[in-house]
Amino acid sequence: MVAMVRRRLPEERARSMVSLAALFLFWILLSSALDPAHIAVGLAAAALVSRFSSDLLIRRDERIPSPKALLPYLSYLGHLAVEIVKANIHVARLVLDPRLPIAPSIVKFKTGLKGEVAKASLGNSITLTPGTLTIDIKGDTFYVHALTREAAEEVRAWHMEKRLKEVEDAA
Amino acid sequence: MILLDMLTIAAMAVGLFFLTVGVVGLLRFPDVYTRMHATTKCDTLGAASVLIGLGLYSGDLFTVAKMLLIIVFIFVANPTAAHAIAKAAYLSGEKPYEGTLEDAYGGDLR
Repeated sequence: MVAMVRRRLPEERARSMVSLAALFLFWILLSSALDPAHIAVGLAAAALVSRFSSDLLIRRDERIPSPKALLPYLSYLGHLAVEIVKANIHVARLVLDPRLPIAPSIVKFKTGLKGEVAKASLGNSITLTPGTLTIDIKGDTFYVHALTREAAEEVRAWHMEKRLKEVEDAA
Repeated sequence: MILLDMLTIAAMAVGLFFLTVGVVGLLRFPDVYTRMHATTKCDTLGAASVLIGLGLYSGDLFTVAKMLLIIVFIFVANPTAAHAIAKAAYLSGEKPYEGTLEDAYGGDLR
Protein backbone atom coordinates (compact mmCIF):
# COMPACT_ATOMS: atom_id res chain seq x y z
CA MET A 1 0.00 0.00 0.00
CA VAL A 2 2.89 2.33 0.73
CA ALA A 3 4.10 1.96 -2.84
CA MET A 4 0.66 2.82 -4.15
CA VAL A 5 0.32 6.17 -2.42
CA ARG A 6 3.95 7.19 -2.87
CA ARG A 7 4.25 10.32 -5.02
CA ARG A 8 5.60 9.54 -8.44
CA LEU A 9 8.48 11.30 -10.12
CA PRO A 10 7.67 12.98 -13.46
CA GLU A 11 10.12 10.65 -15.17
CA GLU A 12 8.39 7.59 -13.80
CA ARG A 13 5.10 9.01 -15.01
CA ALA A 14 6.50 9.51 -18.51
CA ARG A 15 7.84 5.95 -18.45
CA SER A 16 4.48 4.51 -17.56
CA MET A 17 2.79 6.65 -20.25
CA VAL A 18 5.08 5.07 -22.86
CA SER A 19 4.13 1.61 -21.56
CA LEU A 20 0.44 2.54 -21.50
CA ALA A 21 0.45 3.70 -25.11
CA ALA A 22 2.35 0.64 -26.33
CA LEU A 23 0.21 -1.84 -24.37
CA PHE A 24 -3.02 -0.23 -25.50
CA LEU A 25 -1.96 -0.28 -29.17
CA PHE A 26 -0.98 -3.93 -28.77
CA TRP A 27 -4.40 -4.67 -27.25
CA ILE A 28 -6.27 -3.02 -30.13
CA LEU A 29 -4.16 -4.92 -32.63
CA LEU A 30 -4.80 -8.31 -31.02
CA SER A 31 -8.48 -7.80 -30.17
CA SER A 32 -9.17 -6.42 -33.69
CA ALA A 33 -12.32 -4.80 -32.28
CA LEU A 34 -13.07 -1.10 -32.00
CA ASP A 35 -16.35 -1.19 -30.03
CA PRO A 36 -16.51 0.79 -26.74
CA ALA A 37 -16.51 -2.33 -24.53
CA HIS A 38 -13.26 -3.70 -25.96
CA ILE A 39 -11.58 -0.29 -25.86
CA ALA A 40 -12.65 0.33 -22.26
CA VAL A 41 -11.38 -3.04 -21.03
CA GLY A 42 -8.15 -2.62 -22.95
CA LEU A 43 -7.55 0.85 -21.62
CA ALA A 44 -8.21 -0.31 -18.05
CA ALA A 45 -5.86 -3.30 -18.38
CA ALA A 46 -3.11 -1.19 -19.98
CA ALA A 47 -3.50 1.48 -17.27
CA LEU A 48 -3.25 -1.10 -14.47
CA VAL A 49 -0.18 -2.81 -15.88
CA SER A 50 1.64 0.44 -16.70
CA ARG A 51 0.76 1.86 -13.26
CA PHE A 52 2.48 -1.00 -11.44
CA SER A 53 5.23 -1.74 -13.95
CA SER A 54 6.25 1.69 -15.20
CA ASP A 55 9.66 0.32 -16.21
CA LEU A 56 8.17 -2.42 -18.38
CA LEU A 57 9.52 -1.04 -21.67
CA ILE A 58 12.17 1.48 -20.60
CA ARG A 59 14.39 0.40 -17.74
CA ARG A 60 14.81 2.67 -14.74
CA ASP A 61 18.48 3.31 -15.50
CA GLU A 62 17.77 4.33 -19.10
CA ARG A 63 16.77 7.73 -20.38
CA ILE A 64 13.46 8.12 -22.16
CA PRO A 65 14.17 8.66 -25.88
CA SER A 66 13.11 12.08 -27.08
CA PRO A 67 10.51 12.27 -29.87
CA LYS A 68 13.19 13.97 -31.99
CA ALA A 69 14.82 10.55 -32.39
CA LEU A 70 11.77 9.23 -34.24
CA LEU A 71 12.69 10.66 -37.65
CA PRO A 72 16.29 9.32 -37.74
CA TYR A 73 14.94 6.03 -36.37
CA LEU A 74 12.41 5.70 -39.19
CA SER A 75 15.17 6.51 -41.68
CA TYR A 76 17.28 3.79 -40.06
CA LEU A 77 14.43 1.26 -40.38
CA GLY A 78 13.90 2.18 -44.04
CA HIS A 79 17.57 1.70 -44.87
CA LEU A 80 17.60 -1.54 -42.87
CA ALA A 81 14.74 -2.93 -44.99
CA VAL A 82 16.70 -2.13 -48.19
CA GLU A 83 19.85 -3.71 -46.72
CA ILE A 84 17.95 -6.87 -45.76
CA VAL A 85 16.66 -7.37 -49.31
CA LYS A 86 20.17 -6.77 -50.69
CA ALA A 87 21.59 -9.23 -48.14
CA ASN A 88 19.16 -11.95 -49.15
CA ILE A 89 19.95 -11.62 -52.85
CA HIS A 90 23.68 -11.59 -52.03
CA VAL A 91 23.53 -14.77 -49.91
CA ALA A 92 21.14 -16.47 -52.36
CA ARG A 93 23.73 -15.85 -55.12
CA LEU A 94 26.51 -17.40 -53.02
CA VAL A 95 24.38 -20.40 -52.06
CA LEU A 96 23.25 -21.15 -55.61
CA ASP A 97 26.68 -20.60 -57.21
CA PRO A 98 28.04 -24.05 -58.13
CA ARG A 99 31.59 -23.02 -57.06
CA LEU A 100 30.34 -21.82 -53.64
CA PRO A 101 32.71 -18.80 -53.65
CA ILE A 102 32.96 -18.12 -49.92
CA ALA A 103 36.00 -16.87 -48.01
CA PRO A 104 34.87 -16.66 -44.38
CA SER A 105 36.70 -14.74 -41.67
CA ILE A 106 36.03 -13.50 -38.16
CA VAL A 107 36.94 -9.82 -37.87
CA LYS A 108 36.68 -7.32 -35.03
CA PHE A 109 36.06 -3.61 -34.98
CA LYS A 110 35.24 -0.91 -32.45
CA THR A 111 32.01 1.04 -32.39
CA GLY A 112 31.36 4.61 -31.30
CA LEU A 113 27.87 3.73 -30.04
CA LYS A 114 27.31 4.11 -26.30
CA GLY A 115 23.90 2.75 -25.34
CA GLU A 116 23.19 -0.94 -24.86
CA VAL A 117 20.05 -0.82 -26.98
CA ALA A 118 21.94 0.93 -29.80
CA LYS A 119 24.73 -1.68 -29.67
CA ALA A 120 22.24 -4.55 -29.66
CA SER A 121 20.44 -2.93 -32.61
CA LEU A 122 23.72 -2.66 -34.52
CA GLY A 123 24.51 -6.31 -33.72
CA ASN A 124 21.13 -7.44 -34.98
CA SER A 125 21.38 -5.22 -38.08
CA ILE A 126 24.77 -6.73 -38.89
CA THR A 127 23.38 -10.24 -38.58
CA LEU A 128 20.42 -9.41 -40.82
CA THR A 129 22.52 -7.93 -43.63
CA PRO A 130 25.03 -8.92 -46.35
CA GLY A 131 27.06 -11.96 -45.35
CA THR A 132 27.83 -10.81 -41.82
CA LEU A 133 26.94 -12.35 -38.45
CA THR A 134 27.65 -10.88 -35.03
CA ILE A 135 29.27 -13.50 -32.80
CA ASP A 136 29.99 -11.43 -29.71
CA ILE A 137 30.02 -7.88 -28.35
CA LYS A 138 32.52 -7.10 -25.58
CA GLY A 139 32.38 -3.52 -24.36
CA ASP A 140 32.62 -1.57 -27.61
CA THR A 141 34.32 -4.31 -29.64
CA PHE A 142 32.25 -6.27 -32.14
CA TYR A 143 33.30 -9.73 -33.34
CA VAL A 144 31.72 -10.40 -36.70
CA HIS A 145 31.79 -13.51 -38.87
CA ALA A 146 31.83 -12.51 -42.54
CA LEU A 147 31.02 -14.82 -45.42
CA THR A 148 33.22 -13.06 -47.98
CA ARG A 149 36.22 -10.73 -48.03
CA GLU A 150 34.10 -7.82 -49.31
CA ALA A 151 31.54 -8.28 -46.53
CA ALA A 152 34.34 -8.22 -43.94
CA GLU A 153 35.74 -4.98 -45.38
CA GLU A 154 32.32 -3.37 -45.61
CA VAL A 155 31.23 -4.07 -42.04
CA ARG A 156 34.20 -2.21 -40.51
CA ALA A 157 32.97 1.17 -41.77
CA TRP A 158 29.30 0.57 -42.22
CA HIS A 159 26.89 3.37 -43.01
CA MET A 160 24.18 1.84 -40.79
CA GLU A 161 26.34 2.54 -37.74
CA LYS A 162 26.30 6.25 -38.62
CA ARG A 163 22.50 6.12 -38.84
CA LEU A 164 22.25 4.50 -35.40
CA LYS A 165 24.65 7.16 -34.10
CA GLU A 166 22.26 9.85 -35.40
CA VAL A 167 19.38 8.15 -33.57
CA GLU A 168 21.45 8.00 -30.39
CA ASP A 169 22.50 11.66 -30.63
CA ALA A 170 18.92 12.81 -31.18
CA ALA A 171 17.53 10.76 -28.30
CA MET B 1 -9.46 -9.02 -56.51
CA ILE B 2 -7.42 -10.52 -59.34
CA LEU B 3 -4.69 -7.98 -58.61
CA LEU B 4 -4.69 -8.84 -54.90
CA ASP B 5 -4.48 -12.56 -55.73
CA MET B 6 -1.56 -11.92 -58.06
CA LEU B 7 0.28 -9.92 -55.39
CA THR B 8 -0.40 -12.71 -52.88
CA ILE B 9 1.01 -15.34 -55.22
CA ALA B 10 4.05 -13.16 -56.01
CA ALA B 11 4.82 -12.54 -52.32
CA MET B 12 4.38 -16.23 -51.43
CA ALA B 13 6.56 -17.31 -54.37
CA VAL B 14 9.36 -14.93 -53.34
CA GLY B 15 9.06 -16.18 -49.75
CA LEU B 16 9.20 -19.84 -50.75
CA PHE B 17 12.19 -19.14 -53.02
CA PHE B 18 14.20 -17.61 -50.16
CA LEU B 19 13.17 -20.35 -47.71
CA THR B 20 14.36 -22.93 -50.25
CA VAL B 21 17.65 -21.06 -50.69
CA GLY B 22 18.01 -21.09 -46.90
CA VAL B 23 17.69 -24.87 -46.81
CA VAL B 24 20.09 -25.33 -49.74
CA GLY B 25 22.59 -23.05 -47.98
CA LEU B 26 22.19 -25.00 -44.75
CA LEU B 27 23.12 -28.17 -46.62
CA ARG B 28 25.94 -26.74 -48.76
CA PHE B 29 27.87 -24.49 -46.37
CA PRO B 30 30.81 -26.11 -44.56
CA ASP B 31 30.52 -25.14 -40.87
CA VAL B 32 28.15 -23.82 -38.17
CA TYR B 33 29.06 -20.17 -38.74
CA THR B 34 28.57 -20.11 -42.49
CA ARG B 35 25.37 -22.11 -42.11
CA MET B 36 23.99 -19.53 -39.70
CA HIS B 37 24.25 -16.98 -42.54
CA ALA B 38 21.92 -19.01 -44.73
CA THR B 39 19.33 -19.50 -42.00
CA THR B 40 19.34 -15.95 -40.58
CA LYS B 41 19.16 -14.07 -43.85
CA CYS B 42 17.08 -16.23 -46.12
CA ASP B 43 14.64 -17.30 -43.40
CA THR B 44 13.85 -13.77 -42.25
CA LEU B 45 12.99 -12.44 -45.71
CA GLY B 46 11.37 -15.77 -46.67
CA ALA B 47 9.08 -15.80 -43.65
CA ALA B 48 8.36 -12.07 -44.03
CA SER B 49 7.30 -12.50 -47.67
CA VAL B 50 5.04 -15.45 -46.87
CA LEU B 51 3.43 -13.50 -44.01
CA ILE B 52 2.90 -10.45 -46.25
CA GLY B 53 1.29 -12.79 -48.77
CA LEU B 54 -1.04 -14.15 -46.08
CA GLY B 55 -1.93 -10.61 -44.99
CA LEU B 56 -2.78 -9.60 -48.57
CA TYR B 57 -4.84 -12.77 -49.02
CA SER B 58 -6.96 -11.99 -45.95
CA GLY B 59 -7.69 -8.49 -47.26
CA ASP B 60 -8.27 -7.36 -43.67
CA LEU B 61 -6.31 -4.39 -42.30
CA PHE B 62 -6.09 -5.84 -38.77
CA THR B 63 -4.72 -9.11 -40.12
CA VAL B 64 -2.10 -7.20 -42.14
CA ALA B 65 -1.10 -5.34 -38.96
CA LYS B 66 -0.84 -8.62 -37.03
CA MET B 67 1.36 -10.08 -39.77
CA LEU B 68 3.59 -6.99 -39.58
CA LEU B 69 3.83 -7.54 -35.82
CA ILE B 70 4.96 -11.13 -36.36
CA ILE B 71 7.51 -9.91 -38.93
CA VAL B 72 8.91 -7.38 -36.46
CA PHE B 73 9.19 -10.14 -33.85
CA ILE B 74 11.01 -12.45 -36.29
CA PHE B 75 13.38 -9.62 -37.26
CA VAL B 76 14.33 -9.10 -33.61
CA ALA B 77 14.32 -12.74 -32.47
CA ASN B 78 16.05 -14.40 -35.43
CA PRO B 79 19.39 -12.53 -35.35
CA THR B 80 19.42 -12.69 -31.54
CA ALA B 81 19.05 -16.47 -31.64
CA ALA B 82 21.67 -16.73 -34.42
CA HIS B 83 24.08 -14.69 -32.31
CA ALA B 84 23.46 -16.94 -29.28
CA ILE B 85 23.97 -20.12 -31.32
CA ALA B 86 27.17 -18.84 -33.00
CA LYS B 87 28.68 -17.69 -29.68
CA ALA B 88 27.69 -20.92 -27.90
CA ALA B 89 29.18 -22.97 -30.76
CA TYR B 90 32.46 -21.04 -30.55
CA LEU B 91 32.72 -21.26 -26.77
CA SER B 92 32.03 -25.01 -26.80
CA GLY B 93 35.03 -25.49 -29.11
CA GLU B 94 33.46 -25.67 -32.56
CA LYS B 95 36.30 -24.69 -34.93
CA PRO B 96 35.63 -22.55 -38.03
CA TYR B 97 36.41 -24.63 -41.13
CA GLU B 98 39.91 -24.65 -42.71
CA GLY B 99 39.10 -22.10 -45.43
CA THR B 100 38.54 -19.38 -42.82
CA LEU B 101 40.98 -16.54 -43.52
CA GLU B 102 41.13 -14.80 -40.17
CA ASP B 103 39.92 -15.47 -36.64
CA ALA B 104 40.09 -12.36 -34.47
CA TYR B 105 37.73 -13.82 -31.89
CA GLY B 106 39.75 -16.90 -30.95
CA GLY B 107 42.85 -14.76 -30.38
CA ASP B 108 41.07 -12.43 -27.99
CA LEU B 109 39.49 -15.24 -25.98
CA ARG B 110 42.83 -16.68 -24.96
